[in-house]
Amino acid sequence: MTVMEYIPFLDSLIDLFTTQQKSFQKFAHLLWLARYPILKGIGTTLAISTLSIVFGTILGIGVGLALTYGRRLIRWPVRIYTDFIRGTPVLVLILASFYILDFVGLSLTAFQAGIFALTLFCSSHVGETVRGALQTIPKGQGEAATALGLTFFQTFRKVLWPQALRQMLPNWVNTAAEMVKASTLLSIIGVAELLLRTQEIISRTFMSLPFYFLAGFIYFSINFAIELFGKYVERKTAIATHANSTDRAS
Amino acid sequence: MSGTLNFSAIWRNFDDLLYGLGLSLGLAFVAILIGCFLGLITAYCLVSKTRRYRSPASIYVTIIRNTPILVLILFTYFAMPQMGIKLGKIESFVATLALYSGAYLAEVFRSGLIAIPPGLREAGLAIGLSEFKIKLLITTPIMFRNILPVLGSTFISLFKDTSLAAAIAIPELTYQARKINVETFRVIETWIVVSFMYVATCTFLAAIMRKLESRLSESR
Repeated sequence: MTVMEYIPFLDSLIDLFTTQQKSFQKFAHLLWLARYPILKGIGTTLAISTLSIVFGTILGIGVGLALTYGRRLIRWPVRIYTDFIRGTPVLVLILASFYILDFVGLSLTAFQAGIFALTLFCSSHVGETVRGALQTIPKGQGEAATALGLTFFQTFRKVLWPQALRQMLPNWVNTAAEMVKASTLLSIIGVAELLLRTQEIISRTFMSLPFYFLAGFIYFSINFAIELFGKYVERKTAIATHANSTDRAS
Repeated sequence: MSGTLNFSAIWRNFDDLLYGLGLSLGLAFVAILIGCFLGLITAYCLVSKTRRYRSPASIYVTIIRNTPILVLILFTYFAMPQMGIKLGKIESFVATLALYSGAYLAEVFRSGLIAIPPGLREAGLAIGLSEFKIKLLITTPIMFRNILPVLGSTFISLFKDTSLAAAIAIPELTYQARKINVETFRVIETWIVVSFMYVATCTFLAAIMRKLESRLSESR
């Protein structure tokens, strides 16, 4: 007499367990075979995100300055630029730069066109963040600096920028996480970043569930790390005010 | 580069673009409606004092907010069938966007709920309302009025996310644009027109939200 007769579901349970185990072994094996494409994909994703964040931030600071201090002739075109970029989906920006830049004879690779689009996207976000941060600084500070005889450039560098930086840092870290997420869209124009690599592996192995899950998990880990870093920065840069020290509920 | 701009090919296919825009708006509307409902429940869980409600809600929000939406869309459409859940293109996209917007809206709603003074809830209790009725009749309406400006920009960004439906070949605006681009080779014209359609729609949505905002703040 075996255990089987007492527990009728046991053999089907064992069956299920062994097939699960087999498919897990198969997945582990395929994952090992695909380790280099996945690592390369992660590398490309990080490269895309870093480059577009760096270029986008540089351009975005200029945009923010133009929006806050520019004369009307400069401010209006920049305003239209940011509103236009913010009103267009990132995917449309990417497709448009990919097709248009190629069409007008600039032979850029998909990678370069993608970074171009993400830089535009990033610059409009950073620009708004910079503008918001600069506008929270009371006007009197700039006036006081002028009264002391500082030039505009000195005022900006020594009085306004340090305060604005503190205001905008948490937001900027958020933008960085946005850029990592937006980098997945480059898979649509054929840049071999993590998502496209994953799709290639899936089309070879037909194991869409575990590999998409893995890709999702990798993206989650990267962004979660950035989010934790953002919270840390927010704690560090928080300006001690009465409201902050008494606010327990949030 | 082939000389001058010529929009005639675009106007010939303009019906397709309009259909695409309509579909985009429809997808966004249904997804956001479901997402608001999900987000409201999640937000009440997030501000609840018991951990049993708070932790699942915060896990949901953290996971969704830190995963790219394209991965979520592809996962629901291509990987869920392996788990036995088969959905059509539109259903799977709406389900994904609803889940996604639920997480983002939950954060927005939570910030609105925190700002409500506790005295209002206590007043509700004092006149004998149940907890559910307090939420339904007092806190939710006040919360909505407080967060309207943020809600508007969240709606707009969710509308823009419908462009990702093109990745699973749902014939919305971006998909139609790509089709026209490939068929007519009027590259610059296509993308100019389509970007303008998106920008115009976003501006229109923003104007509606501002109108709503000013009307509600008048009645305060």
